[in-house]
Amino acid sequence: MEYNSWVPLLPEQASSFAGQVDLLYFYLILVSIAFAIPIGVGIFYFMIRYRERERFASTEGIHGSIVLETTWSIIPFLVSMTIFLGGAYVFFNQYTIPKDGMEIYVVGKQWMWKIQHSTGQREINELHIPVNTTIKLTMTTEDVIHDFYVPAFRTKADIVPGRYSYLWFKPTKPGKYHLFCAEYCGLNHSGMGGWVYVMEQKDFDNWLAGNTSGQTPVEMGKDLFYNKLGCASCHAGGPAQRGAKLEGIYGKEVKLTGGGTVIADDNYIRESILTPTAKIVDGYQPIMPTFKGQVTDEQLNGLVAYIKSLSGVTGSSTTVSTTSAPAANTASNSASPAQASNANTPRRADRGSNSQGSNPKAPGPTRRP
Amino acid sequence: MQNAEALNIDHFERPKKNYLNNGTTLKSWLLTKDHKRIAIMYLITVSLFFMTGGIYAATIRLELLTPASDLLNTNTYNKVFTAHGILMIFFFLIPAIPAVLGNFFLPIMIGAKDLALPRINLLSLYIYWLAGGFAIWALLQGGVDTGWTFYVPYSTTFSNTYVLAVGLAVFINGFSSILTGLNFIVTVHTMRAPGMTWFRLPLFVWSHYAVSLVMVLGTPVIAITVLLLALERFAHIGIFDPAIGGDPILFQHMFWFYSHPAVYIMILPGMGVVSELIPNFARKKIFGYEFVAFSSIAIAVFGFLVWGHHLFVSGQSIYAGMVFSFLTMVVAVPSAIKMFNWTATLYKGSISYETPMLYGLGFMGLFFIGGMTGLILGALGLDVHLTDTYFVVAHFHYVMVGGQVIAYLGGLHYWWPKMTGKMYSEFWGRISAMLVFVGFNLTFFPQFILGFMGMPRRYAAYPPEFQVLNIFSTAGASVLGIGLVMPVLYLGHSLLYGRNAGDNPWMLPGLEWRTSSPPPTENFETTPIVTWEAYDFGEDSGLDFEEARRRELAPVI
Repeated sequence: MEYNSWVPLLPEQASSFAGQVDLLYFYLILVSIAFAIPIGVGIFYFMIRYRERERFASTEGIHGSIVLETTWSIIPFLVSMTIFLGGAYVFFNQYTIPKDGMEIYVVGKQWMWKIQHSTGQREINELHIPVNTTIKLTMTTEDVIHDFYVPAFRTKADIVPGRYSYLWFKPTKPGKYHLFCAEYCGLNHSGMGGWVYVMEQKDFDNWLAGNTSGQTPVEMGKDLFYNKLGCASCHAGGPAQRGAKLEGIYGKEVKLTGGGTVIADDNYIRESILTPTAKIVDGYQPIMPTFKGQVTDEQLNGLVAYIKSLSGVTGSSTTVSTTSAPAANTASNSASPAQASNANTPRRADRGSNSQGSNPKAPGPTRRP
Repeated sequence: MQNAEALNIDHFERPKKNYLNNGTTLKSWLLTKDHKRIAIMYLITVSLFFMTGGIYAATIRLELLTPASDLLNTNTYNKVFTAHGILMIFFFLIPAIPAVLGNFFLPIMIGAKDLALPRINLLSLYIYWLAGGFAIWALLQGGVDTGWTFYVPYSTTFSNTYVLAVGLAVFINGFSSILTGLNFIVTVHTMRAPGMTWFRLPLFVWSHYAVSLVMVLGTPVIAITVLLLALERFAHIGIFDPAIGGDPILFQHMFWFYSHPAVYIMILPGMGVVSELIPNFARKKIFGYEFVAFSSIAIAVFGFLVWGHHLFVSGQSIYAGMVFSFLTMVVAVPSAIKMFNWTATLYKGSISYETPMLYGLGFMGLFFIGGMTGLILGALGLDVHLTDTYFVVAHFHYVMVGGQVIAYLGGLHYWWPKMTGKMYSEFWGRISAMLVFVGFNLTFFPQFILGFMGMPRRYAAYPPEFQVLNIFSTAGASVLGIGLVMPVLYLGHSLLYGRNAGDNPWMLPGLEWRTSSPPPTENFETTPIVTWEAYDFGEDSGLDFEEARRRELAPVI
């Protein structure tokens, strides 16, 4: 970003809803001025007109006016309702995740952003995306709460541990924009930032071609599923398999032992890997061991991506529900007794090895130096 | 009425006994049951905390003069802004007006001899001292780096600092708040003088009644929250950390369920002070008394229903966000009502511009900006962009400093002659009030622009394009700092060399002006009988304005 010697008042408008946010901002400034004029003129006029002319003067006792009180209660109320409606409209656009779009995984950790494209590219503290494409971020954190914030896109979302958080935007202008962590996350919080590069499609294709090391999340998940973690020994193998059938379940309702159903979304799959006993699929025994502490967040993303692919859902067309879904899921997470019983497992063992040096707390629960 | 006459005649004669010279030993202060002496001890303590918090603030502004984290390393910076927040909020802003000015004047303004529960009052001071001692001890040990919000799981699992000690300080301090609130409620209900009906109460009393309700109902929740946080941190019981089965958003709900109402604990008393300053220095009855009184109650009630507007981006359901945004808009209305009524009160007044009035008018301007930017942040779509940026920092400083601190200074100047019997230098008072106003705006207005540009808060280092505005802000902070140090000098000077203020230097009708300065230990020689409305400058007030004018023209001996 070019350094200007003059002071700009707005960051670049670089996403589909940035204009709406700014419009709302200008509307509110206008409202503020509209209220400031009568109050300000009133105060200054009265201050001069009714300044003290005689020491300790008596004044007439005006008690008040119901008409005026009603007026200046109702008008601010009505104006505030327009602000509410405008805000809600923009908010709904910002936080309703569209069905289609290019899916990118984001892992936040103290104090870096790890980004994984569905085509296999990985980046750290940088995000390359094509212009005029809907981008959907599926975000998770390895430690504390972080917040993915791109001022030029006028959007942000907290990334809360223990669940997936989602964010979407459609960049409209090529350029290089700040990426910040906006939720205080400890020692190097102000260093947890980077850049978002919005590129023309052909530039993006070139960038992709030059960075094709690594597996796609689906490939990584498949590798974990069949080779590294051995999920396949129970979850694949036809009618006799001991574990629940995974083909075609994504996005469907699953019956649970003891009644009740759950929608098999990202958070449910994640929970079933980390805390298998939380929700048992009807007809199966609670025999699956927990994989908490054995898989990193990136590997989890891969597993989820692979299990989604078994239902014919690829990274670019998932049916991610709105942001209300994670809230509901977490409520059930915290209610699960199985998680509490896992309290003795080594904490934060799923942390990537390169984080050990930078985090004073990792991995044990000891507190004082 | 006889009080008024007594006061008009004995203007320059100081009473032999007052609350200050009634006992001079340390014991007579530490074991006092006199609300006025307790208020003076609070005054000294909150001033020390304010200075300490101010030094932290100055350090923050110096560090932010340059983009890199150079004056302080990030670790120190994180501890400094946390200490600034905790000291200013829990140990200055929350007790400042209620425990100092409220303690001193609430009983006098309703014609009572003391608060209803004097021993409880002393106990709440000791609890405050204990909590403050813990906080200072924790800071000396190395401090805490969680931010004043203590968000989990950072505070329970990751921070290596003295979270438990500071949490304990906040926990203990809450009881001081609860007891003070309880004391005020009981006092207003049971201790009013004959004739002091509810609708003759000064608005300062109404706002303290409202704020006491919030203190009594809200503060237990922060105590519970801090206790649960300590359980998780100390005993690893999974409540908030998802790694052991907890829910981090639960913490945010519980924390803000107290801390948003706490914002109203920090502004309602300020509104109460301004509701005294404006009518008294306009020498006119307040416009729409009932509306101003009940808007305080409305703010207290609705203030409990808006905590979720701190969680718009934290994964709360978007529909819950909409409900909280709606309620946030509703709570703006009673604040707007107050603004309009204060403005209308000036109409046909006889306005004089002594130092307290300058603060009162400054409050109106700054609180207006603080309130309007609150609406900007309450608008959902804008909050997504602006939350956790400097826009929020600027907004709450406009409300907390532009509101409460300005009102506190105004109130302190207003009642200083009554509390000490001495008059400060009006010249330096006005200069300092104007420096505070200008310095404050220069410090915090650029931060609105920084916030909209996207500069996140709690950043020790920031991109270079934000530097120009940060330099403005730091420059303003130095002006503000000078403006805030000056009262220490001229108020201190007035204690030794100030001329005697007289019992009623501005000829005001409130009960506190109808007793001697400083007041006697029992506040009034005889229990006053109230026959006038609040802010009555007419004949009913029984004040002899003619006599006062003559005296003012006579040479001061």
